Amino acid sequence: MNWFSLITATSFMPVPATKESGDVDSLYIFLLVSGLISFIILIGGMVIFIFKYRRKTEDQKSAYITHNTLAEFLWSFIPFVIMMIIFAWGWSVFHDLRRVGEKGDVEVHVTARQWAWTFKYANDIEINSPSDKKLVENDPDSTLLKPEIVVVPVGKTIRFILTSDDVLHSFYVPAFRNKMDAVPGRRTTFTFTPIEKGDFTVFCTEYCGTKHSNMMATIRVVDGEQFAAWQAEKIAGMAGANNKGPAERGEALFKGSLGCSGCHSIDGSRIVGPTFKGLYGNKRDFADGSSVTADDAYIKQSILVPTAKIVAGFPPAMSSFQGRIKEDEIKDIIEFIKTLK
Amino acid sequence: MAHEQHNYLNHQKGIWSWLTTLDHKRIGIMYFVAIMSFFFLGGVFALLVRAELFTPGKTLFSADVYNRMMTYHGAIMVFMVIVPGIPAIFGNFVLPIMIGAKDVAFPRLNLMSWYMLMIGAAITGSTLFLENVDTGWTFYTPYSSIKTGLGVIPMVLGVFIIGFSSILTGLNFIVTTHKLRAPGMTMNRIPLMVWALYSTAILQVLATPVLAITLLLLIAEKTLGVGIFDPQLGGDPVLFQHFFWFYSHPAVYIMILPAMGVISELVATYSRKVIFGYTAIAYSSLAIAGVSFLVWGHHMFVSGQSEFAGILFSFITMLVGVPTAIKLFNWIATMYKGSIRLDAPMLFAIGFMFLFTIGGLTGVYLASTGMDVHFHDTYFVVAHFHYVMVGGTLMALMGALIYWFPKVTGKIYSDLTGRISWVFIFSGFNVTFFPQFILGNMGMPRRYYDYLPTFTELNQMSTFGSWLIGTGFLIGLFGVIYALLKGKEAGNNPFGGKTLEWTIPSPPPHENFESTPVLTGGPYEYR
Repeated sequence: MNWFSLITATSFMPVPATKESGDVDSLYIFLLVSGLISFIILIGGMVIFIFKYRRKTEDQKSAYITHNTLAEFLWSFIPFVIMMIIFAWGWSVFHDLRRVGEKGDVEVHVTARQWAWTFKYANDIEINSPSDKKLVENDPDSTLLKPEIVVVPVGKTIRFILTSDDVLHSFYVPAFRNKMDAVPGRRTTFTFTPIEKGDFTVFCTEYCGTKHSNMMATIRVVDGEQFAAWQAEKIAGMAGANNKGPAERGEALFKGSLGCSGCHSIDGSRIVGPTFKGLYGNKRDFADGSSVTADDAYIKQSILVPTAKIVAGFPPAMSSFQGRIKEDEIKDIIEFIKTLK
Repeated sequence: MAHEQHNYLNHQKGIWSWLTTLDHKRIGIMYFVAIMSFFFLGGVFALLVRAELFTPGKTLFSADVYNRMMTYHGAIMVFMVIVPGIPAIFGNFVLPIMIGAKDVAFPRLNLMSWYMLMIGAAITGSTLFLENVDTGWTFYTPYSSIKTGLGVIPMVLGVFIIGFSSILTGLNFIVTTHKLRAPGMTMNRIPLMVWALYSTAILQVLATPVLAITLLLLIAEKTLGVGIFDPQLGGDPVLFQHFFWFYSHPAVYIMILPAMGVISELVATYSRKVIFGYTAIAYSSLAIAGVSFLVWGHHMFVSGQSEFAGILFSFITMLVGVPTAIKLFNWIATMYKGSIRLDAPMLFAIGFMFLFTIGGLTGVYLASTGMDVHFHDTYFVVAHFHYVMVGGTLMALMGALIYWFPKVTGKIYSDLTGRISWVFIFSGFNVTFFPQFILGNMGMPRRYYDYLPTFTELNQMSTFGSWLIGTGFLIGLFGVIYALLKGKEAGNNPFGGKTLEWTIPSPPPHENFESTPVLTGGPYEYR
């Protein structure tokens, strides 16, 4: 960090990586400079008065000045004009960031969920964040997971169509200077045109529960050829997955698009929900005192109506997968759970 | 000295006489004790939250515990400390005296307001022991309505009751200001503190019911499954934000307007000068109160509301900046050719202006739509509103405490203790919150339990600053105890104030005035 270049926005902000972000930075520099000047006038004036008009003797008199119409007009009117400039400038930048209704060259459906982002391309490529690896390996206490990489081509207009499966989330990429809430039951858009290649972090900025700070993804901007190659590789990978057995497919669903691994462990450790280790065929105790042996019917019910039976000691935090999971996929998940002895 | 002087403190004796008192001065003291206890609790949570953020990853607590502490810190500080703070404590004590009245218009209602705050606080506080809440103080749906535990219900029920306390206090102040002014005290002669409290009271009465209804709807949805905010039941989660901020944005001014009133008093008294632009300061309070009802949408530029709504709210928000700037210019102009003494309360007033200027200017960043998209819900916002609300309101609260302490107790608050406390609090605020602006620039979102290693140094600076603030307030508390035990006798008017409370004995007699005062001029006639 270079403290002397405080005046330039880029000294603290991430490198502006999209066409729009440069305009945001220009506005920022204007705000910073006009703000600094206002601060110096106000606080500088105050400090000068404090020293110049310090009470030196106890009977020191003060001037009797009740008001001054010209001064009062000027110090109301000038800030008004400056604020209108900032308003209009902000409006113009905002309009470029929003681009409501504009179609992108690449369109990706982004679904937010506690605590992951799922990116689905038009050709069914699906990326689910985060991975099961730690982001900061040398810090044993870190709770951040390494985000999976989402690839987009440089120089094209990309439109992310956002929604949420459960609560409010917000899609934020500091390097793009852009942010949009993901709202359940509603579609919002996040449109950008990357001009810099590289990896850019996505954060969730709307508080969404326990692992809010962990909800990251990485957007990798590459050139057109690399993007095409990445897509081809992913499609080949998907074809390979279809040839696997049910338990393997279930494992892929568990770790991948359904995001079960965000809340359920397979090694017996406690995360948000109960572990899946040793689940199948064993007794489950519920918060209402009842219990049942975990079989196919119980697991299916737990996926589709999670609030029907709450495992003792856990919050009723899971939302229903009704409509998001196919009958075959439930069977694959059950096969996978059976392998977790 | 003949110390069997008759005053409101020895008018009646015993704890029961306090708990059933109808004297606005005693109720003010009861508010002081209660609110300072809440402040202590909220402050402990703040220190714990900052301690957790000292290193990335788990430092002291799990993510769940952190989210809960963050929620209680916010809810306690907003609903139980900063919103009621200055109006309930100092408003109660000085407002009737400043306008030459014997008490507020409805003394019984005033006592009831205190009890409602206590009941509300007890219900909200009980969730600490029953089922902790982790929604953040904003209770955004659908997280609060479907994804978290039932503790939300008593929590918001408590806030609902506290809201009624606020409405009743506001109502009382409005009627008192209109009906109980002494002869000769026209609206244009009331002290600026009263103007500020009056504007605040209008906001309390008009905005708080919206919060109350919103919280009831949230409870209805959570208990009865009525689909208002939950999209799974056909509700709209963003509707909650509209309702919530329709109250909570005006609430920002409920917090800051009384502080501005205090600063007007302090600047006039310690500059020993007639206030510059009395009318402008008085009516800018009303202007701020009025416009503040129309700006709630600036909390929602990225919520999915329409682009047009965003632009409209941005425009109206810019307008609030003008009356706010007018106040700052007027206070500084009051100091011009004054006779300034830098006693502790004046230091707090200057600290207020310093912090509030930074808070106000960064508010312009957030009001500008294109800029806010980057900064929304990052640490930039955390820094901004702490500079405005906490730096502003708590600076004013400390200034008010030391300024009116002699009037309330008859004892002088040690100026040296006040100055030492100021050094810690003022420097602590800047060390804590300035780095957070930079964190916001870098893109660190707020309400984060864990963060990327690149944010570490600035977070450590911030945590270090929080210890300075904590120390500063402990010194302030020491000052109160020391002054009560060993403070010098104050006399009627130790600082040369011109408003009516300085014309009566310290502590004031039970009914404030021996004979009703008659006013012949404005409140700050230093000639």
